[in-house]
Amino acid sequence: MLRKLLIALAMVAGAAQPLLAAEGASDPKAEFKAFRSYFTNRFPKLALDDFVNGPYSMDEGLRKQWKAIDEFPPYDFAIDKGKAMFATPFKNGKTYGDCFPNKGIGVRQNYPQFDAKSGQVITLDVALNRCREANGEQPFDYTKDDMAALTAYMAFTSRGKPMDIKIPDDPRALAAYENGKRYFYTRRGQMNFSCASCHVQSPGERIRAEILAPALGILNAMPIYRSEWSGMGTTSRRFVTCNSQTRAVPLEPQADEYRDVEYFLSYVANGLPISGPGARP
Amino acid sequence: MASTIRVRAIASGDTTQVQSLISHPMDSGFVKDSKGQLIPPHHIEVVEFEHAGKVVFTALWGPAVSKDPYVKFSFKGAKKGDDLKVSWVDNKGQSDSTVAKIQ
Amino acid sequence: MKRSLALAMVLALPLTLGLAPTARAANEADYKTAYSAAEAAAKEAASLRHQWTVTVSALAAAKKAADGGDFDRAVAAAREAEALAKASIFQAISEKEAWKAMEIR
Repeated sequence: MLRKLLIALAMVAGAAQPLLAAEGASDPKAEFKAFRSYFTNRFPKLALDDFVNGPYSMDEGLRKQWKAIDEFPPYDFAIDKGKAMFATPFKNGKTYGDCFPNKGIGVRQNYPQFDAKSGQVITLDVALNRCREANGEQPFDYTKDDMAALTAYMAFTSRGKPMDIKIPDDPRALAAYENGKRYFYTRRGQMNFSCASCHVQSPGERIRAEILAPALGILNAMPIYRSEWSGMGTTSRRFVTCNSQTRAVPLEPQADEYRDVEYFLSYVANGLPISGPGARP
Repeated sequence: MASTIRVRAIASGDTTQVQSLISHPMDSGFVKDSKGQLIPPHHIEVVEFEHAGKVVFTALWGPAVSKDPYVKFSFKGAKKGDDLKVSWVDNKGQSDSTVAKIQ
Repeated sequence: MKRSLALAMVLALPLTLGLAPTARAANEADYKTAYSAAEAAAKEAASLRHQWTVTVSALAAAKKAADGGDFDRAVAAAREAEALAKASIFQAISEKEAWKAMEIR
């Protein structure tokens, strides 16, 4: 009787362990490993770098179409536009290059970054608009057109470089990472989907006519020319439309939660190559 | 103004494969803008590819072709180094053309 | 034949008015009560940043129906909006812990 009681108590104590672990602070390094392993175990035949190609790494038919389009990619015009914009000085004579290390060439893989001064996550898009405002120019709409062209060009100069996101030893940075992680897994909208519902539970499967991309490396191709949009769109555009599609009222582009989830998703994709700008169905 | 036409032509033996991406809104005339007004039709009507003074490929496009159209085709009788001329005209009478070397 | 037709019409009438539970048609006061309850719930959902698009459109439908004088439909839409808003609040609160179940470990 006492033995059974002791065993029962031990089982309860053992069962409580995972809950206690979850209450503590995150361990990004461990979570990074777990995130990557989940996907490599689920798709053992897929080369690690291939995850950044989203639905094209999940379906052979889609992949063939993509390869054919890639010979003359639809985002080509956006790259040219972005390159021209990047080279054009502001009214005060300064350029975008003056706001970034290495004149803004080959730096996209370092974003988002945690900015200690403001205590916030800064995405590349926010950094570009801050640059504009600091030089007396109007900020761009975050979702498409000019912002998409600029980030398309910057992504292009970083093609092939591994994602390199840092979480500095600052509790605010860790909190931002955790906030992003929490957002990613939280169900929202009348359809009660979280980002994970589609991109962790069902990569490679269909939602209506679309094939779902795996969450690993899902932002590496941004910004994208999406056939559905007949045009370019940024990470902001995708987050906003994803929210609407689950019947959740979207947040403002580059809202705290969106920047934090971009931080989280980019961090767990560290090491995977930048493939942007990309094309998607 | 930057060219709206991107073209790549690659000769392999007697056959040349041509790919072209053209920047154009290709408005069908059936879509409404955010204010509820119809966006007037503005689309390419004719695309022509010429080699050695002869038209080797003609495309007759209309409202069903979507934005920034892409076309791919092959033709015989050209060789590396030859010129390939691409030109288009749209329903508003606007046009553009370019000449590319076959690789 | 005539009697069953008349009976069918009598039975159909209250159904077409959508008056299953209540005995009388809704008036503006009913609408205002229902709408303010719905609006309050929607405000709370919005403050939790968990608003649903369908809540917003149900509220708009309620207002539109009321502006057109159709208070039955307006009350029905307002009640639906309130239910949707409350569901989204429940979602926001329960997801505070429930998200962990989805986390890759």
